[in-house]
Amino acid sequence: MSTTSQKGFLSFLYDCFRWNMQGSLSFQIFRLLLFAAMAFGIYAYSYQARSGLEVTGMSNIVSWGFYISNFTFLVGVAAAAVMLILPAYMFHDPDFHRVVIIGEGVAVGALVMCLSFITVDLGGPLQAWHLIPGIGQFNFPTSILAWDVLVLNGYLLLNALVPMYILYCHYKGQKADERKYRPFVFLSIFWAFSIHMVTAFLYQGLPARPFWNNPLMGPRFLASAFAAGPSLIILVLAVVHNFTNYKLDKKVFHKLRLIIVISAIINLIMLFSEIFKEFYFPTHHSIAATYLFFGLEGHDALVPWIWTSISGNIIATLILAFNPGDNNPKVLLPACFLLFIAIWMEKGIGLIVPGLIPSPMGEVVDYLPTWVELGVTLGIFALGITVVTWLIHPALILEERYEKMRASKMD
Amino acid sequence: MNSPKKKEGQMKKKDMPDTQCSRRSFLKTTSIAAAAGSASLVTGCIPGKNSGSSEEFKLKWEEYFKEHYRLMTQEEKDATISRLVRLAKLQRGLDLQMSSRPAREQVLYGYAFNISRCEGYMDCVKACVKENNLDRKSKTQYIRIFEMEPGQLDPSTGDAKYFHEVPVDNKFYMGVQCFQCENAPCVKACPTKATWREPDGIVVVDYDWCIGCRYCMAACPYWGRRFNWGKPEIPDEEVTTKQHYLGNRIRPMGKVEKCTFCVQRTREGKLPACAEACPTGSRVFGNLLDPDSEIRYVLKHKKVFRMKEELGTDPKFWYFID
Ligand code: SF4
Ligand code: SF4
Repeated sequence: MSTTSQKGFLSFLYDCFRWNMQGSLSFQIFRLLLFAAMAFGIYAYSYQARSGLEVTGMSNIVSWGFYISNFTFLVGVAAAAVMLILPAYMFHDPDFHRVVIIGEGVAVGALVMCLSFITVDLGGPLQAWHLIPGIGQFNFPTSILAWDVLVLNGYLLLNALVPMYILYCHYKGQKADERKYRPFVFLSIFWAFSIHMVTAFLYQGLPARPFWNNPLMGPRFLASAFAAGPSLIILVLAVVHNFTNYKLDKKVFHKLRLIIVISAIINLIMLFSEIFKEFYFPTHHSIAATYLFFGLEGHDALVPWIWTSISGNIIATLILAFNPGDNNPKVLLPACFLLFIAIWMEKGIGLIVPGLIPSPMGEVVDYLPTWVELGVTLGIFALGITVVTWLIHPALILEERYEKMRASKMD
Repeated sequence: MNSPKKKEGQMKKKDMPDTQCSRRSFLKTTSIAAAAGSASLVTGCIPGKNSGSSEEFKLKWEEYFKEHYRLMTQEEKDATISRLVRLAKLQRGLDLQMSSRPAREQVLYGYAFNISRCEGYMDCVKACVKENNLDRKSKTQYIRIFEMEPGQLDPSTGDAKYFHEVPVDNKFYMGVQCFQCENAPCVKACPTKATWREPDGIVVVDYDWCIGCRYCMAACPYWGRRFNWGKPEIPDEEVTTKQHYLGNRIRPMGKVEKCTFCVQRTREGKLPACAEACPTGSRVFGNLLDPDSEIRYVLKHKKVFRMKEELGTDPKFWYFID
């Protein structure tokens, strides 16, 4: 295209960067704190890279730990953006249309974290190029992990490019051409489900691990993600509403609450169904669930963890369903936070670790992450939050400008 | 053993697209882009204490960009082996002999374990650790011997950590290791094709191609795989120097490894170290395609069973009772 549009794009990027450098003092301090956390993460990771994964709590029995747990959970958070995209672009819901950009920002942040968690978990991160089709050997379509790499990167692209196109149009003061981006929106809705299902299939497809080899895995994954993701988005929206000039309508919160309640209830029903299957007539295959819920042979590291999670889950779901504060944010926000944490506990460690315990040869050990894993994880969370703020901050400034401009045109 | 003729190991070029061309150009751009800084990162040697000679650096650099083992021509295989041998000399002063010997024609290996004979001495474990250069620090073992109560056949009910004089009255012993599945879940799982089944039935890992994602470990129903959580430690004088590229060569850190039926021995016509070391003769190893082999005799005349048959992995490892 012509050079003017190229220049326009560069100045778009430059302006986004410039806006990012501005902002209140407390905002900048917050960002510095994030950078400090990332620096600590890098330090911890460099230690791990030098000594090998032996500095983590993992072993030949629990061969996946905190990293893969967080990865699994965050895939759900990323997929949940679809709960904003769907009503915003498909049903042209005006309330969601104003916040969809925030949801997409959260999705990009979550995906960056997912990919980072996979990378830090690799024993040979420098060999990661062996995965790249063309120069490496990509075991597609046989290996589900290969699928996962594909769908995660695709979803990242979709969620980064569509909003970028729309924002860039708004930057130029034009209306984004819906015919151009609509097919990609369709695709990304379909894709959101696929990243989730594929990640579930990663575990579900392993007959070696009865705890995972369960057809409910994928659907339950979706339900829990559509509860946890929108909970997080409500929290982010509350922050945006309270700390920026971008004011949101209360209706968005109400609608999101409904989505969360429905998903959380479906999630609980499926959890109940799973528990029933494991414990009504316990078989050999229930042994991992026994380890998780009650402990085995004196190893019970996860028992308090999972019961905390389930209680949190039930309490938060009840609060959100009966809505005692009548959408009072003082009730709504803590409940969302509680639900988010409860699902993180369950769909992270509570899902991955018991799948590996006991070992297929019946050996029971406990798993506890070390400071290295916690440090790296902290760093990656800080990275994800940084990405989200760096994306949303300029995006909101842009949207606000664009709204003002359109309003003045109308007058 | 169904369809022993199936040869997954000999993958045709058409299954694996010829990537040479794009690879070359990729290498070119990368090497231009990668300045000395990233070079030290790639080879994992921080300049200074351990940087050694520029020769070592060059060897490591070439090793980093090498191809998947199954796509190498014989010349490329020879080249990487001579680099590995030279590196071992430079770094540890070891004189290695490393082979890339392919599977023999008309051979499919099988193993049978006599649970009524084994008395739990664990000589096989010792021989295996020595032969396969297993990490001494983490006490890695491919073979585990479970002490079992009568009336049980599932090793998960047994005890693999016994530490007392054997045999014990009224107990029996059951050895487990990688069972070299014909329909191997670990092979299916690997995202980079770093692990595969050779034509003689041995499931191997290209340690330099593996990225250490450990998906194969989660997929194995028999706990047949081990990971190099740290850098393997083997005292110089204990290193077995007769090695195979796909077998007992010393693994890099962060890669997966497993029992290979001692590919470095068996392809030379010898028994695996465990079978040779067993003082009770409980371990039978041989060619399933040879009607006169001992393993065929066992399969024909003894009552045999395999573990977790219901998973359909079709292991090449049987248990039998006298
Ligand atoms: S026993 Fe495990 S490691 Fe060995 S071939 Fe079977 S699945 Fe793979
Ligand atoms: S750890 Fe290595 S061999 Fe195992 S699945 Fe990953 S890349 Fe393949």
